[in-house]
Amino acid sequence: MPFTWLVLILITIATVGFITGRNRALRSAGGDSRDLHSLPVYYGSNVAMWAIVPAAIVLIIWMLAQPFFVNSRVLGTLPDTMVSEGSSIGLVMSDVRRVADGLDTAVEQAAMTREEAASISTETSDVRELLGEVGVALGSNVSPEVLQGAQLYRALNATSSTIMTVVVLLIALGGAAYSYSRSNAQFRARNTVERGILALLIAAASVAILTTIGILFALLFNTIEFFKLYPAADFFFGTNWAPSFSGRGGASDLGVLPLLWGTFYISFIALLVAVPIGLFSAIYLSEYAGPKVRGIAKPLIEILAGIPTIVYGLFALLTVGPLLASMIGKDTLGWMQGGTAVMTAGLVMGIMLIPFVSSLSDDIINAVPQAMRDGSYGLGATKSETIRQVILPAALPGIVGAILLAASRAIGETMIVVLGAGAAARLSLNPFEAMTTITAKIVSQLTGDADFASPEALVAFALGMTLFVLTLGLNVFALYIVRKYREQYD
Amino acid sequence: MNDMRIMERKVDTKEVKIAAKDVQVYYGDNHAIKDVSVEIEDKTVTAFIGPSGCGKSTFLRCINRMNDTIDICRVTGDIMIDGEDIYNPKVDPVQLRAKVGMVFQKPNPFPKSIYDNVAYGPKIHGLAKNKADLDNIVENSLRRGAIWDEVKDRLHAPGTGLSGGQQQRLCIARAIATEPEVLLMDEPCSALDPIATAQVEELIDDLRKSYSVVIVTHSMQQAARVSQKTAFFHLGHLVEYGETTTIFTNPVDPRTESYITGRIG
Repeated sequence: MPFTWLVLILITIATVGFITGRNRALRSAGGDSRDLHSLPVYYGSNVAMWAIVPAAIVLIIWMLAQPFFVNSRVLGTLPDTMVSEGSSIGLVMSDVRRVADGLDTAVEQAAMTREEAASISTETSDVRELLGEVGVALGSNVSPEVLQGAQLYRALNATSSTIMTVVVLLIALGGAAYSYSRSNAQFRARNTVERGILALLIAAASVAILTTIGILFALLFNTIEFFKLYPAADFFFGTNWAPSFSGRGGASDLGVLPLLWGTFYISFIALLVAVPIGLFSAIYLSEYAGPKVRGIAKPLIEILAGIPTIVYGLFALLTVGPLLASMIGKDTLGWMQGGTAVMTAGLVMGIMLIPFVSSLSDDIINAVPQAMRDGSYGLGATKSETIRQVILPAALPGIVGAILLAASRAIGETMIVVLGAGAAARLSLNPFEAMTTITAKIVSQLTGDADFASPEALVAFALGMTLFVLTLGLNVFALYIVRKYREQYD
Repeated sequence: MNDMRIMERKVDTKEVKIAAKDVQVYYGDNHAIKDVSVEIEDKTVTAFIGPSGCGKSTFLRCINRMNDTIDICRVTGDIMIDGEDIYNPKVDPVQLRAKVGMVFQKPNPFPKSIYDNVAYGPKIHGLAKNKADLDNIVENSLRRGAIWDEVKDRLHAPGTGLSGGQQQRLCIARAIATEPEVLLMDEPCSALDPIATAQVEELIDDLRKSYSVVIVTHSMQQAARVSQKTAFFHLGHLVEYGETTTIFTNPVDPRTESYITGRIG
């Protein structure tokens, strides 16, 4: 039975359960809903919940586990000789799956019957040609072992699906029946539903956390894989970044320092632009601007935050770079060789970060109690004296937190660097030279056609891990500071 | 005994420090202060009493133009300090506020050290010639704020770490440090416990020697204890103004009597 049908039947059971559960509870109270412990809708929801939740959990777990189970069973039947003559066990398994898919397609298109697909053998017919006719192209003739594996694969999958459908429906009906039997006036359906909602919220939170952990582990395992192929000391302390795509292994220099330097240098220039402009505009908006100006200017500044970074990248490549090059380039001061430079990317990234700094700082400055301002004005201080000596010191921890959050954005930024800063990994102090960052190099390492198991590709994970640790550290530090600040005034 | 003190106070009366005439205050469309005329004397404690929302705090904030910081607030009429109109366009409100100090309802020390809190005003107005001079100003202000003995060993600890009563006396010391001529107090004891209140009241009585003190209070006992003159506000009007003892023992206006005896408010 197709999956969609199963879901539809589950929903139907839940709906019927909702209505009958509600009615049964009402009947048990003699039709007077005031005699019920909970509102009638809670009894219905309780039955629907019991019908759908356990069944859905079993369904999801079953669907996750089934491929593992089927794969290991099929692998067990394949003779060891198959594996040794092929390159790896994974390749043989993917052959098996392809043939199985082909047989499925053939059955669907009515080129053969279900029984034929299950009993077909390489001795009696040319499977490759047969499958070719229905549009499934195979690279080589199908060996009898693979065909048998494919048939077993199909059979197992079919059986498993059937059992799954039956089990899930039984659980759904069982759950509905159990909770239906409990739907009477004394049953505290409201509390049960409340617990169900709590579980739903916890599940939502867990999904986010588990995903983070999953990503972290994926990064971690691939990083370990990389360090098996490439010495960690060379990666962390190497000053040369020169991956070679033709050679294998030792031919590449994969030192992270030039990339780390580029990342910090560009982020530093970006912050140099964003912090003063962002902070001053926040001060203007929160302390000087009238409600009308504020109502217009604040959303306008925040629009900057909504511009996709690729657009900023274009701006860097097509406007800022050529502008800088014509101002201080070959023809005038001769400082810049081309449009792409640390300065170009840093300036544009700084513009991108202005709304982060200004909008966070604005909130923080507004959170400084009015009593502080009154106290200062009451002593005859001017506005700027008050801001400089009372408000900014009071808001400083929060502003530092905002700047650190902006810094972690700058470190993680990719597109502006790719388009604005060039691609040369370089350790240099000159801000008018092209440099590159960790993020930009991750892109170029993975978009090439390198073998995925080579250190040149796996280095992307080590770079990603480095970046992850950096930004995580910055974020934790920023949150720590912001939280410490909040304790002061609440 | 009490009568004796009244006689003594009458002799004390000084020249007029603040003279307000036909003051009107509007918050947007709301007419908050109506036709208030009052003459506040120098070296006297004047109490403003009245039910919540009667406009006494608003009028207090007119005297040092703190209402300027509220966008929708509009003030008309004349307020003269030493014969000078403070709403004259030529008057700089910033300078005015240095001359007319203010203490707020809730203690609001800056998140700085005790020393820096007091030194803040003198520093921005350049009152100290050098560090030793500034130290002197800070010590004197803290002494006059009756808090020196409690904080002299921890001048560089944060002012926000003091108790509520200490914070309020620190704020008073901070206001004194700029050497104002008038001290405005907006319910300075409403956030304090009885002991701290007693300390602050004692301090206010002491400050009368040098300043004209105007205090807004909800507590009629407090007004009776600390003030020589009392003004009763009701619904934006100044109902009655006179000697504190007269107001409390023999009010002219029936509304004043009702308020003092607890029938309105």
